[in-house]
Amino acid sequence: MSTPSLVDLANGHPPPAEGIERADVEAVNVGRGSIFEKRKKIYPQRVHGAFRTFKWIVMALTLGIYYVTPWIRWDRGPGVPDQAVLIDLAQRKFYFFFIEIWPQEVYFGAGLMILAALGLFLVTSVFGRAWCGYACPQTVWTDLFLVVERFFEGRRNERIKLDRAPWGLSKIARKTGKHLTWLVIAVATGGAWVFYFADAPTLAHELITFDAPISAYFFVGLFTFTTYALGGLMREQVCTYMCPWPRIQAAMMDAESLTVTYRVDRGEPRGPHKKGDTWEGRGDCIDCHHCVVVCPTGVDIRNGLQLACINCALCIDACNSIMDKIGRPRGLIGYDTDANIIRRENGEKSVYRPIRARTVIYAVLILIVGAIMAYAMGHRSYLNVAVRPDRSPLYVTLSDGRIQNGYTFNILNKHRDEGRYKIEVENMDGKAEVVGVGADESEANEPVVTVAPDESRSVRVIVRLPRGAVKSERMPLEFEIEDLTHGDEAEVHTEFQGPK
Amino acid sequence: MADDSHRQVDDVTGTETTGHEWDGIRELDTPTPRWWLWTFLGTVIFAIGYVIAMPAIPLIHTYTKGLLGYSQREVVAEQLANAKAERQGMENQILAADFKTIEQTPKLLSFAMAEGQAVFGDNCVPCHGQGGQGGNGYPNLADDNWLWGGTYDAIYTTIQHGIRSEDAKTRINNMPAFLKDGLLNSTQVHDVVEYVLQISGQDHDAAMAAKGKEVFMNQCVTCHGENGKGNQELGAPNLTDAIWQFGGTRKDITETVSNARNYVMPAWSSRLDPGVIKSLAVYVHSLGGGQ
Repeated sequence: MSTPSLVDLANGHPPPAEGIERADVEAVNVGRGSIFEKRKKIYPQRVHGAFRTFKWIVMALTLGIYYVTPWIRWDRGPGVPDQAVLIDLAQRKFYFFFIEIWPQEVYFGAGLMILAALGLFLVTSVFGRAWCGYACPQTVWTDLFLVVERFFEGRRNERIKLDRAPWGLSKIARKTGKHLTWLVIAVATGGAWVFYFADAPTLAHELITFDAPISAYFFVGLFTFTTYALGGLMREQVCTYMCPWPRIQAAMMDAESLTVTYRVDRGEPRGPHKKGDTWEGRGDCIDCHHCVVVCPTGVDIRNGLQLACINCALCIDACNSIMDKIGRPRGLIGYDTDANIIRRENGEKSVYRPIRARTVIYAVLILIVGAIMAYAMGHRSYLNVAVRPDRSPLYVTLSDGRIQNGYTFNILNKHRDEGRYKIEVENMDGKAEVVGVGADESEANEPVVTVAPDESRSVRVIVRLPRGAVKSERMPLEFEIEDLTHGDEAEVHTEFQGPK
Repeated sequence: MADDSHRQVDDVTGTETTGHEWDGIRELDTPTPRWWLWTFLGTVIFAIGYVIAMPAIPLIHTYTKGLLGYSQREVVAEQLANAKAERQGMENQILAADFKTIEQTPKLLSFAMAEGQAVFGDNCVPCHGQGGQGGNGYPNLADDNWLWGGTYDAIYTTIQHGIRSEDAKTRINNMPAFLKDGLLNSTQVHDVVEYVLQISGQDHDAAMAAKGKEVFMNQCVTCHGENGKGNQELGAPNLTDAIWQFGGTRKDITETVSNARNYVMPAWSSRLDPGVIKSLAVYVHSLGGGQ
C-alpha cells in the first residue's frame, strides 16, 4: 500500500514512512482504568519471519511429543505394561522406557523436578524467558487456537470488524465454527492426558464405547475445560494475572541475560520518516506500531522489559520486515541485554557474556544433581529389606533360659519373577536360632521365604540366643538376606535386646 | 477511603497511586481485572447455593440438613459396610483353610496376621500386653511355655472357648486351695513349697523338701506329673522351669498352694467371628512361642 492509511489521515498523522501504514493499535497495559478494568481484547496480526518459523517448528515438536508419547510401545515381557511412558496409579509404578520407578523411589521424581527447575533457571538466566515464548503449553496452545481463529474469522482487521458487526448468519457461523474446533482440540488435549495413566489403546476403546472409568471422563472433561478456557478465552491473562513465573523470573535474570529488546539507543528519537529525508540525527523507529500489533500479549516492547512480555520474539520478525522495506538494517528489535544498551550509550562495544557466576552455578548444580541421580539409578537394588524389632516385649526368656527377640521384616522383590530369600544372622557365630513365620518348610536350618514378583512381603522373624551369648542389654545384630533365585544380597543392622 | 488529593499518576506505568506513601515508596492502584470481580461474585452465589443444598448452619440441637440430604456419617457407615463385605471373601478363605495352608500361603498369612494384630490390640492387650508379654497373673504368649498347648489348634480352641468361662466347652481344671480347704496342714504346705523350689532349681531347705516330696507325690502328681513338668491336657503348668504365671518366689508359691489361683479367660466365640478367631490364633502363634 503506498497511500497513507485512512486512520492516519483522519487523525492528522503523517504515515510512518513511505509505503508503511501505521497499525491502529495501542498497548493494552498502559493508561488508567477504573477499579475493575474490562479486558482489552487483543487481535494479534499474523507475522512472517525466522522466529515465527522457529515457533511453528517448536509447536509441531511439543504437540507431537504430547500426543504421540502415550502410543509408543516398549516391550517389558509378559504381565507388564508395554507402554513406553506410563504412570500406573493402580499398581503404583512409573514406567519410562527402560526405567521403572517404585513409589518408595519417588525421590527420582523429585530429582527430575529439581533438574527441570534448575534447567529452567539456567535457560532463563542465559536466554531470558525462552520457556514462556516458545515451549510453555499456554503459549503453544494459544498459538494453535489463534490459527483456528484466523481460519474462521480472517485476518486482524476482519476479526475486529466481525466483533463490531451485528449478529448475523455469517457471524454466528464463523464464531460457532471457531468455538467448536477449539472444543475438539481441547477434548483431544484432555483425551491425550488420560492416556498417560492407562494403556492407551485399551482406554481409547473404552472411552469411545463408554466403558472407561468415570475418573477418565472426569479428567478428559477437566482438561477440555482448562484448555478451552485458558487457550481460547483467557490467553494472555493467564500470563499476566495467573502465572507466578513472570514474577519469579526476575530472580533468575540480570543485566546480562538475553531478552527481546527494543534497542532504544538505535531507535530514538522515533518519528515518521519522509522518503528522501536523511536518517542522520534521528532514530530508526518510524513509530509504525507493527511490533505492537503482532504482540500476542498486546504490549509495546519499546516500553522496555515488562512482566506481560513473554519474549515470543514475534515483534522481532515484524520489525525486521519493516526495516527491510525502509532500507534500514535489521535488528532494531532483537535479542540483546540491558548491559549492552548501557555499554553502547557509553560508546563501548556490545558483548554477550553467557558465562557468568549465576549461569555457572546453575550449570554446576545441574551436573551435581544429575550425577547423584545417575549414580542412584545405576546402583538401584532389586531387593529392599527393612527390619523392625519388636518394641514390646523387648525380649522373652524361654523355658530353657534362652533369650528370644522378635522382628518384622519387610522384603521387597522388584524382580518380575518370584524371589526366594534366605534370612541369616551374621554376627553370632552360628549360635542364633532363626525362625521365620511362614517360611518354606523344606528348608530346615535357615528360614527361606518366598516373595511374589513385584511385591513386598512382611515376615515375622524370631531369633533365639543362648543366655551366655547375650552379653549386654543391647547388642548389635546383623542380618544377611540372600535372594537364592537372583543372587541379590542385602544386609540390615538392628539390635538384640536382653536382660541386664 | 484514602484522601484522594494525594492520588497521583505514576510516571513509569501511567497508573494511579493509592495516595499512600511510606518513606517515599508509593503504592500503585493497579485496576483489578473485571473477570476477577465476576469470579468473586460467582463464589458468593455458590456459597448461598451450598448453604441451601448441603448441611451448613449449626442450630441448638441439630443443624440445617440441606436439600441434598448429604451426611458424612452415612457415607462412613456405608464405607464400613463395604469394607466388611470386601473382607468377607478373605475371611471365608481363612475359615476354609487349615492352619498349615494359611502359614504357607503368603496372601492368607498376611491377611491373618494383619487382622489378628488388630483384633489382638482391641481385645487381648489389656491382660496379655502389647506383643503378648503378659504380666503377673496373665501368661506370656510370646514364650515357648504353654499351659494349654501352643499348637495352632490348641491356641484356636483356647481362644474360642476360654478358660473357666461360661462356654460349655471351656477349658477347665480346679487346683484345690490345699490349706484353705483343709487338704494339707500348714507344715505340709511349707514342705511341699520347699520341694517345688527344689525342682525349679531355686534355693530351698533340703530337709523340708524331702518331706515335701512325699506330699507332692500324694497330692500333686495327678496333674503336675511325677517329675513336675505339668500336663497341657489338663492345663497343669510345668513347675520345673523358670516361668511362673503367678510368681516363683517362696511367698508366691505358698500363696498358690494355700489358696489356689483359678484364673478366668473369657470365651471369644460369642464375641468374635470364627474367621477372626482363626486369624487371632495365627497371630498369637507367631508371637514367638508357636509350636
